[in-house]
Amino acid sequence: HGPYQPHEPGYGLDQPGYSPYEDEVPDPQARMLAIKNAKAYLLKTSTRSGLNLYDHFANMLTKILDEQPENTVDIIEDISKDVKWAQFRKKMDTLRDEHLILPIFEAAEKCKALFVKEGGEEEHEELDEEMPSLPNVMETAFYFEQAGIGLNKDESYYIFLSLKNLINVQPIQTCRFWGKILGLEMNYIIAEVQLHEGEGEEEEETAEEEVETVAEEEKEMGEAEEEEGEEKEKEAEPPKSTYKPPPEIPREENGTGTNKYIYFVCNEPGKPWVKLPPVTPAQIVCARKIKKFFTGRLDAPIVSFPPFPGNEANYLRAQIARISAGTHVSPTGFYQFANEDEEEEDGDAYEENPEFEPPPVAEMVESLATWAHHVKGILKQGRCVWINPSQKSEENEEEDEEEEDKEEEGEEQEEERGLPLLTLISEDEGMKNIPAWTAQASTNLIPQYSVAILQSNRWPGAYAFASGRKFDYIYFGWGHKYSPESHTPALPPPAQAEYSSGPGITETVDPTVEEEIAFKIAQEEALAGEEEEGEEEEAEDD
Amino acid sequence: GASLPLLQRDYRFERVWFWGCIQGLRGAYYIAEGLGPNRAAPRSRLYSLNCLDWSLLTPASKEMLALAEKLNGRFQGDPSFEYNLAEINAEAAARLIEGGKEPVIKEEARLIATIEQIDRAVGIVPRGAFVKTPLGSVHENRHFEGLSLLEAKKLSSYFHFTEPVNLKNKTLLEKADLDPSTDFLDSLEHDIPRGSWSIQLEKGGTVVVLRSLLWLGLTFYHVPMTKQFGYVYFGTGEKNLDLPFML
Repeated sequence: HGPYQPHEPGYGLDQPGYSPYEDEVPDPQARMLAIKNAKAYLLKTSTRSGLNLYDHFANMLTKILDEQPENTVDIIEDISKDVKWAQFRKKMDTLRDEHLILPIFEAAEKCKALFVKEGGEEEHEELDEEMPSLPNVMETAFYFEQAGIGLNKDESYYIFLSLKNLINVQPIQTCRFWGKILGLEMNYIIAEVQLHEGEGEEEEETAEEEVETVAEEEKEMGEAEEEEGEEKEKEAEPPKSTYKPPPEIPREENGTGTNKYIYFVCNEPGKPWVKLPPVTPAQIVCARKIKKFFTGRLDAPIVSFPPFPGNEANYLRAQIARISAGTHVSPTGFYQFANEDEEEEDGDAYEENPEFEPPPVAEMVESLATWAHHVKGILKQGRCVWINPSQKSEENEEEDEEEEDKEEEGEEQEEERGLPLLTLISEDEGMKNIPAWTAQASTNLIPQYSVAILQSNRWPGAYAFASGRKFDYIYFGWGHKYSPESHTPALPPPAQAEYSSGPGITETVDPTVEEEIAFKIAQEEALAGEEEEGEEEEAEDD
Repeated sequence: GASLPLLQRDYRFERVWFWGCIQGLRGAYYIAEGLGPNRAAPRSRLYSLNCLDWSLLTPASKEMLALAEKLNGRFQGDPSFEYNLAEINAEAAARLIEGGKEPVIKEEARLIATIEQIDRAVGIVPRGAFVKTPLGSVHENRHFEGLSLLEAKKLSSYFHFTEPVNLKNKTLLEKADLDPSTDFLDSLEHDIPRGSWSIQLEKGGTVVVLRSLLWLGLTFYHVPMTKQFGYVYFGTGEKNLDLPFML
């Protein structure tokens, strides 16, 4: 409203004494009365809420002046609502609030425990030769950060500390941070470990012995039952089924093949590490057919078809085995075979090549032939080294040799040969037109310090880096293989065909009484007819 | 980091942020989004191969969306790469031939369509972070102080930031509880398939992280009781069609 021009209406009204309301409130006395009336109106208590507008305005203005937010007029309604809401909060509560133990505090406690150095350690300050090598997680985290992958520094450090705890607890020879697998409720942090020889096997032996003794007991029971059965054979028994389940493929020994390393997992750094059981070929074969998210609880059942033999801990172990076999690579030449002759499947031992000269980073990025797998691939059977299952079964069951022969003729499994150990990754097949690996340099701007990064396209989330002599590989992801086509679950096997019906087993209708009598009469007539013929013939012969 | 403020200056955005990264076979696309004053307006998207030079993407059209859904496989990493349409959709290819153009679809178009799909399907915000004025424009709620820990664990406290689809289908009883200024979007509770979001509290509850299982790689974070939230996509740009089998 600027100064009014003479010709506009309202000219002169802004002068004191000339406002439009002048005639209504002529003198100051009446104006004071009007103010009192207005204030009384504002102080009038609302019938619904017991508040009055005057106090409400006073509170609101106090709050605004205290906090002084920006653009107050835009959020005035919200402020008003907040003030009203604050009225309902009682300051003195008869119930004392329970001191909430927020999960934040629990987690902080655990993390703090990681940082506490145990008292006993001070005595063993000397470096033993057998001290297990703690991987320098922070260093690898730095290199992966150059590639843009990895966890944040806090979490890497927590993992570092919890790995140290793991080493103190278990008799570990070498240890490595394998990676992190995401899950629905919780995630898994995984450490790849090699135990001291002889340590881990004790548990396995006792377990196996238990299994064997149980099997022997079962056999004895079986034999006892058979003896009883023979006595009772005179009684009619339903035919025993001749079905023999296909022989179970034994799992590989600890320390070789798929079970070369032992894996420990935990949900968060600070929680205790849990050892994963060794993986069996059946689990790997089944894991190839299903695709399920991990929930984060190791004892969760896996509901799938074909039914997975085990729970989530086994499925996790199987996926770890597949990922390791598919994506653990190293620069070519870093490892060499222990014996030059054994380049066949039996060559499982490799050692570091002391004469390895790392190729420059640019070369590592350009050609994939500078990288090689150093973990054996898993065959279709589910193992790294093929085994003929029928051989093993002969040793166990000598009683049923006859049936065994028949089966062997039918199912001769072909020997599977996998790729030899140190194959170059350039020979990895791609899917459709997608190459199996993507290589990049971490930065083009500073070539002397850049790092060669390798991403796997078959297992999205697997990365490897190399820079001079240093290299490492890691996995961050959901734990599934990439397939261009959608996942098709296995169909249930077709319903087994019934035994074909034929005259041999078709039940015929029992003859009725009339039919039997008629048959009997016909038989007697036939006999009588034959006798007559016989008599006639005799008579003729005479 | 350094180039985004320059974008803001050049394109006169009010807010510009890093949307995420779609990894192709030979390179990655870095995507940024920018907005003017109305937060619900169609966003302008820019992509770059090296985070330095950004190119504006045209808004997605329905045809582009429909065609791009049929394309499978990874992104190549080269924006001018051409997919052969004839294999995918003979009709569209025929139409294009008649129009005098070649029956191909460029990777750029696929990129646009994918970003639009991701934003529509899984772009989420916490409840109360945005208010709708009676005039229809959407603003950030400056009075939003973050979700509490209890609320942050519930799926119903997060909304899709797109045109609501299910809002009108709610029963009258539910609608009575809604606050029209803040509840004008679809919540995550009724997403199909159920369980396609994974909620995790990290660092003992200081940060709540939601990961989408439908578009693997979409991560949303929120620090409870503060105004900080956001989402970012790091992935291959492919929808996870196997989701029902994996749950």
